Amino acid sequence: MKKRTVLLAIVGTLMAASAMAKDVTLLNASYDPTRELYKDVNQAFAAQWKAQHGDTVTIQMSHGGSGKQARSVVDGLPADVVTLALAYDVDAVADHGLLAKDWQKRLPDNASPYTSTIVFLVRKGNPKGIKDWPDLLKPGVKVITPNPKTSGGARWNFLAAWGYALKQPGGNEVKARAFVRDLYRQVPVLDTGARGATNTFAQRGIGDVLLAWENEALLSQRELGKDGFQIVLPSISILAEPPVAIVDKNVDQHGTREVADAYLKFLYSPQGQELEAKHFYRPRSAEVARKYAAQFPRVNTFTIDELGGWRQAQAKFFADGAIFDQIGPGN
Amino acid sequence: MRRRVLPGFGISLGYAVSYLGLIVLLPLAALAWKASGIGGEGLLRLLSSPRTLAALKLSFGGALLAALINAFIGLLVAWALVRYRFPGRRLFDALIDLPFALPTAVAGIALTALYAPNGWLGRWLVPLGIQVAYAPLGVLLAMVFVGFPFVVRTLQPVLQSLDRDVEEAAESLGASRWQTFARVILPVLVPTLLTGFALALARAVGEYGSVIFIAGNIPMRSEIAPLLIVQKLEAFDYAGAAALGVVMLSFSFLLLILISLLQRWSNRWEERAA
Repeated sequence: MKKRTVLLAIVGTLMAASAMAKDVTLLNASYDPTRELYKDVNQAFAAQWKAQHGDTVTIQMSHGGSGKQARSVVDGLPADVVTLALAYDVDAVADHGLLAKDWQKRLPDNASPYTSTIVFLVRKGNPKGIKDWPDLLKPGVKVITPNPKTSGGARWNFLAAWGYALKQPGGNEVKARAFVRDLYRQVPVLDTGARGATNTFAQRGIGDVLLAWENEALLSQRELGKDGFQIVLPSISILAEPPVAIVDKNVDQHGTREVADAYLKFLYSPQGQELEAKHFYRPRSAEVARKYAAQFPRVNTFTIDELGGWRQAQAKFFADGAIFDQIGPGN
Repeated sequence: MRRRVLPGFGISLGYAVSYLGLIVLLPLAALAWKASGIGGEGLLRLLSSPRTLAALKLSFGGALLAALINAFIGLLVAWALVRYRFPGRRLFDALIDLPFALPTAVAGIALTALYAPNGWLGRWLVPLGIQVAYAPLGVLLAMVFVGFPFVVRTLQPVLQSLDRDVEEAAESLGASRWQTFARVILPVLVPTLLTGFALALARAVGEYGSVIFIAGNIPMRSEIAPLLIVQKLEAFDYAGAAALGVVMLSFSFLLLILISLLQRWSNRWEERAA
């Protein structure tokens, strides 16, 4: 009771302050690997907004696993915008009536200002000679990937492998199923999140290949030194599109729609795209992409829509008793 | 009713009951209410899944084993701390509480770093075929770690109040050392030992943070029940998650009742012996 009074007082003070000085606060609920990216984006956007409107925007961040963040927003985290790892998690927020169901059409490019893809991170010199997906099934090769049931990133990994097998000459669902089953038999540790898997691979020295977001792979290469690890691009991978959206119900309550909208549009601006490329996300803008061509070699990709979209993928692969459970032991 | 020396029975009982209701029973009721959404058939399916059973077996089996180990080692440690004076005893005594104070995730990461194939201990153990990190053994280790202080801390005061004269009397009456321990000292300690055991067990069953880092989390092998709950939450399956929570709670509750029955029985046995 007392805590609530204090909280109300703080909120009240903040609201009063914002009414006078036109200070605006936004809360962005994001997933884990975007920490560094949004630190830079927030600073740049705040400077631009101040220059254009004279108001001070403070953007607070909340980071966590993508699914957990979606649940927090559903349960009442007053986020003005969500910037998550996969559209399914934003769909879950939309299903609870917090934003319009057609949110993905309100911004360009499926509401994903930046993309990434799934790549292989291998140890220096690539001692196991990993070049493409089939090499992961070679005897003695250990693959590190988190559990798709607890990690958004891991779902992209699973779907990338599935899509590869499906798209081979003569590929079909039966073969794809056998391929992912054999792939997950090579996994000695199923971490609960993407960063945990990176640690297992990089710090604990477990496994020969880490399936990772390209942005995470590039980041760990920079953090841990180029000589420790190498990135291998498979012949085909999935185009990961991390979506962004305004949470209608929260911005209307806070009166922050205008600035939240500008914030998300900033992600598509040349300045925003540049920052995203700098933080290893593939920019949508062709111009910025050209500038960072050396960092992002061309890679063949397919999209989640070719696999039926997120809702279908979730039900088909990751729901209880669905394909991921069926290929695992104990079923 | 007999008049008590200190007044206030009504108010303190009322306070105790409403506090218990607010802090313990209300969240449990909410959990049960959420879980009821799964229905009888859903519960049956959940409980008959080999994966759920394997996870429950690992969580409860591991916790029981960890509590047993802790009861044994804890008794030794408490004995050494109470009965002997040695340099560094106070420091040693203070260190016992460390597993309480350490955030469990930190404990998990530290244990994993030690026992991973490239860790200080792991690099010697793994070539011998002893895999601790990313195996069920790691789960056990983490559970032993978090439950350790309970047995020591519950036993210490009882050991302190134990008169040495009794042992001396036993010896002068011709009891062997083993007889003195088994027939004289142990019976007094058993009820407290059981309390410590129960606390360590309960702590290990519910442990998530430290186990998750060292377990490897492979279904059917090193996947604990709390992780299954998190997986269900991650898929927005609130009812399934709550149902599994209720199943774990009922199991723990049964175990705790069993332990308290054992305690009563050993108390009575002791009284009769005296």
